[in-house]
Amino acid sequence: MTLRFESCTVRSLAEGAMGQFERGHLHVDTEGLARALTARDARVVEVAVNLVRPGDATRIVCCKDVIQPRLKVRGDDPGEGVVRLLDNLAVVTCGPIVGFQEGIIDMSGPGAAYTPFSELFLIVLEVDVAEGLASHEHEAALREAGLHAARLIAEHLEGYQADSEEDLLWDEQPVSPTLPRFAYVDLMLSQGLLHDTWVLGENAVSGLPRIFDPRVLLDDAVVSGNCVSACDKNTTYHHQNNPVIRELLRGHGRRWNFVGVVATNCPTRLAEKARSAETAVALARGLEADGAIISKEGFGNPDADLMMLIRGFAREGIQTVAITDEFAGRDGGSQSLADTTPEANAVISTGNANQLVQLPPMSTTIGPLPDVTRLAGGYAGCLGDDGSLEVELQAIMGATNELGFSRLSCRGI
Amino acid sequence: MTRVLHYLNQFFGGLGGEEAAGTPLTLLEGARGPGNALMRLDPEIEIVATLVGGDNYLAEHLETAVDEAVALVAEQHAAVPVDMLIAGPAFNAGRYGMACAGICAAVENRLGIPTLTALYPENAAVEVYRRQVTILAATDDVMGMAEALETMARAVSKRMTGRPLGPEDGLLPKGIRENYIASRTGAERAVEMLLTRIKGGSITTEYPMPEFDRVPPAPPIEDASNAVIALITSGGIVPKGNPDHIESASASRCGAYSIADLDRLTPASHQSVHGGYDPTYANADPNRVLPLDAARSLEREGHIGRLFETYYATVGNATSVDQARRFGTEIAPLLVNEGVQAVVLTST
Repeated sequence: MTLRFESCTVRSLAEGAMGQFERGHLHVDTEGLARALTARDARVVEVAVNLVRPGDATRIVCCKDVIQPRLKVRGDDPGEGVVRLLDNLAVVTCGPIVGFQEGIIDMSGPGAAYTPFSELFLIVLEVDVAEGLASHEHEAALREAGLHAARLIAEHLEGYQADSEEDLLWDEQPVSPTLPRFAYVDLMLSQGLLHDTWVLGENAVSGLPRIFDPRVLLDDAVVSGNCVSACDKNTTYHHQNNPVIRELLRGHGRRWNFVGVVATNCPTRLAEKARSAETAVALARGLEADGAIISKEGFGNPDADLMMLIRGFAREGIQTVAITDEFAGRDGGSQSLADTTPEANAVISTGNANQLVQLPPMSTTIGPLPDVTRLAGGYAGCLGDDGSLEVELQAIMGATNELGFSRLSCRGI
Repeated sequence: MTRVLHYLNQFFGGLGGEEAAGTPLTLLEGARGPGNALMRLDPEIEIVATLVGGDNYLAEHLETAVDEAVALVAEQHAAVPVDMLIAGPAFNAGRYGMACAGICAAVENRLGIPTLTALYPENAAVEVYRRQVTILAATDDVMGMAEALETMARAVSKRMTGRPLGPEDGLLPKGIRENYIASRTGAERAVEMLLTRIKGGSITTEYPMPEFDRVPPAPPIEDASNAVIALITSGGIVPKGNPDHIESASASRCGAYSIADLDRLTPASHQSVHGGYDPTYANADPNRVLPLDAARSLEREGHIGRLFETYYATVGNATSVDQARRFGTEIAPLLVNEGVQAVVLTST
């Protein structure tokens, strides 16, 4: 079984025939795309499609999800076959606030440095839904619109030339008995309405923990359906490009043996949390792991799941490194997590999400800017008359991503 | 040459022992006691004056004494400018430590003159002042004087060159977390850390786990049927319109709202502003998060004496422990004064 990624790297983005890709130039029929999205879903009343480029003086609010357009050109099952993907580009869904916890993407200025999406060409869908729609229906309508748009954009890729290809080798690699065995525990947010993750089409509330071939997870198996704070929401794009899986595959068979991924969830009840953590540890033990990387999504409640996993692994004598962000207060003086355990002595910090940043006004705004005052990380009065903002990093998409996608970190002084 | 003003207590300033502890603040010319040793350690340091204060004088009127100290330093600074104020070392001395750190904080904040002091890490003043004052590590008693003065002399010279002090200079951590951009991604750092750990190498965690503040629960109420009970929630239930603008995350505010005339909350009267959960069900029936309906039934049935007429609400989502502690210390005395004996705390 092999999985091949064929990349079509986008270097410019313009209006034109839908999905036409030549020598780095991608064309999008924005009106056609908007029509297609409103036609397929009665909940979607209006869609404005905007083409945005790195360096633009553009602010996008309130962003829900980010998706990399891909097309499977050969093979049926996830984790195998040939996938054409648009590199350097993503679809972003935005619009009126659904659940307080959507985010900001600034394409230039000081805010751009905190979001990886400012470096991509973006096809931004500003979506208005039918009045009176319940918030979980609102979330579902946008999630589906984003996925459908990504599908429509990638649909024609087979007819064009890819500019690079990569074979993701895993089980074919010889596994050296002298190298340490590493597992990856992908702790996915799954707390019910507006806090859901979808794995192979199933809600992660049930069916996890479970062992996955890492390539399955990179092959569009995981879709974000949640409204946790923008800074540490694992968007669909983050899952498609999971940096821990990427890193573990890179050294697999040379520096360590990557023995597999345990995807697990964050139930809301204590007994279920304990059960999920125990099962995840048992699965990793079954993989004969010597060590495990544990990633996270969200904060507060999932801190408890993370600490249970760390304790469970320590009991089994399996070494861990956990990735988390911090909520240390605006002055950095508070303790950072809602739960701790003495065994959590190898932790990667992806930054203090409470840090305030000043964002100057932008000449173009996509989405309802005043909604920012109600976002997690914003506050009443955070929006200046000139359109400038003072927000916590919490409000910026991907700022403190807990898959370790970015370079932000935090230290004690 | 670095022109230094030195603060010492009555003992190290040569004015006497405990019997002189009430001595008011006095500005003396030149160096005294440890100041002379400091100048011998680094000939670049010139102590232009020594401010001496009695331990009790400072401890008994810290606030006004600190104001006096700032005024005396300002006077000296106007006559002959000073580059830095240093205080102590005060080791583990309680009154002296507070005086040193308090004067450093005030002089640096109000006059903009750089300051430093040296204290034993467990001196009570460290916890109070470490975020705002440059505090170097000293031993717990005067046996460590020579060592402390060497640390201070090195820190004076480094600080005057504009280089930031670090743990290698004896600087006690300020206890705050600061963001920075690392050279590699979090995922890369995680995998490298795991590899090092597995191979038995030493690693440095990027977030050392804090000690949790565990509060023993108060003893149960013996007779609830005569008790006054209050409701408090971190679940974000506020009067419709959120009159106090409590934030949906990282709350800096906590509201107090009357329920004196209410039998239950309704979607028309109350709402959730909490950002961490889907508020659909809390908005449809706010009693689900702030159980006023149930509390009123208990009151009617005589299971509790009386429900307190005010409830307090904030948002727990991403709200720092420091803020939460502040809300608690502000609310608790108000409730105690009103005779409230127990609180039902609801979260989400």
